[in-house]
Amino acid sequence: MTDILIAAIFTDNLALSFFLGICTFLAVSQRLSTALGLGLSVIVVQAITVPVNALIHRYLLAPGALSWIGLPQVDLGFLRIIVFIGVIAAMVQLLELLLDRFVPALHRALGIFLPLITVNCAILGGSLFMVERRYDLGEAIAWGIGSGAGWALAIILFAAIRERLRYSDMPQGLQGLGSAFIVTGLMSLGFAGFGGLVR
Amino acid sequence: MIRLPRPLTDPLIRANPVTLQILGICSALAVTTSLVTALTMCAALIFVLCAASGLISAIRRHIPQSIRLILQITIIATLVIVIDEVLRAHAFEISQRLSIFVGLIVTNCIVLGRAESFAMHHPVWPSMLDGLGNALGYSLVLVIVATIRELLGMGTLLGIPILPTTAEGGWFVPLRLMQLAPAAFFIIGLLIWAIRAARPEQVEHPDHRLVTLEPGAGS
Repeated sequence: MTDILIAAIFTDNLALSFFLGICTFLAVSQRLSTALGLGLSVIVVQAITVPVNALIHRYLLAPGALSWIGLPQVDLGFLRIIVFIGVIAAMVQLLELLLDRFVPALHRALGIFLPLITVNCAILGGSLFMVERRYDLGEAIAWGIGSGAGWALAIILFAAIRERLRYSDMPQGLQGLGSAFIVTGLMSLGFAGFGGLVR
Repeated sequence: MIRLPRPLTDPLIRANPVTLQILGICSALAVTTSLVTALTMCAALIFVLCAASGLISAIRRHIPQSIRLILQITIIATLVIVIDEVLRAHAFEISQRLSIFVGLIVTNCIVLGRAESFAMHHPVWPSMLDGLGNALGYSLVLVIVATIRELLGMGTLLGIPILPTTAEGGWFVPLRLMQLAPAAFFIIGLLIWAIRAARPEQVEHPDHRLVTLEPGAGS
């Protein structure tokens, strides 16, 4: 399980080796402080939605999952995508309400990022990978926390680099998006160096 | 020469959804290790985007404003499930290689973006054209990246050997890097550079401008 956690953060990094959530990754990395807030929200949402989706998949959607109400031949696997999206949207909404009620300070800090996360493919991708790799509940929790943390780590590092890059003198066509991609590529190359970390 | 309608031609290069608006890159890069997977992905996206734009535009007058996003996502997700099941039934091997990325079309920002900004305000036919144009713009980028990655990474195109590799007695040494994630980022970065060098109006205005101080003008 520690293997899954470490792999999810470094070697299987969602943003840098699977290109998930790259739209948000590039759009919300102008400043370090916002990147921190978004990274934190992704960790929280990912750590909640992946285990919840794991349970839903295990007891409602997987082939034969409905045997506990006497329907062993039913396979609702095709509903996976639409159910997961619904769960993610509901969880994000719930989290927003709870934060607003109990931790208003945190809600003020993360509030604007939460709706954005609903359509972040890193979150849906995390849940779909969990199904594809057949993780059990414990592994799903480790994967959820790890993949969220990996994504957060990537965007925080990237935002820090971008803040410095702002003062660099580069060719006109490369400014902004072009350089952002090249920097992400270099980071991805760097993270590939973690390759031997997990057996 | 036949003039193609603007909604169809604009998104190809001038307003390309991937290189100009950074939409939908998430899925775009992961499937570009070979041309076959990229083409399959393009076909899936063309279907989903056209159908979603058409459907949403057809019912646009009946969608209550407050639940429009949920409705749009449900329509898109349903279409994605359809194409996912079709691929699984008729091209199982490719659908295994595409892994979760067909499912991720749901969260592809191009689809929701076009539904929200174009299909909600235009009749069916232009909406479908707009969807097709954007899907083709996306496909263009995908095919370019996939061609470069497969050709330089394995010396093949669509699985057919083009460059004779050293393993088979030729001269070409495949670049392993091209098959890895970083290469996709580099290629897109260079592609954007090339487009913006040719069309300077696309360059974003920097937040800060470097000023060269006159020598002796003080610190």
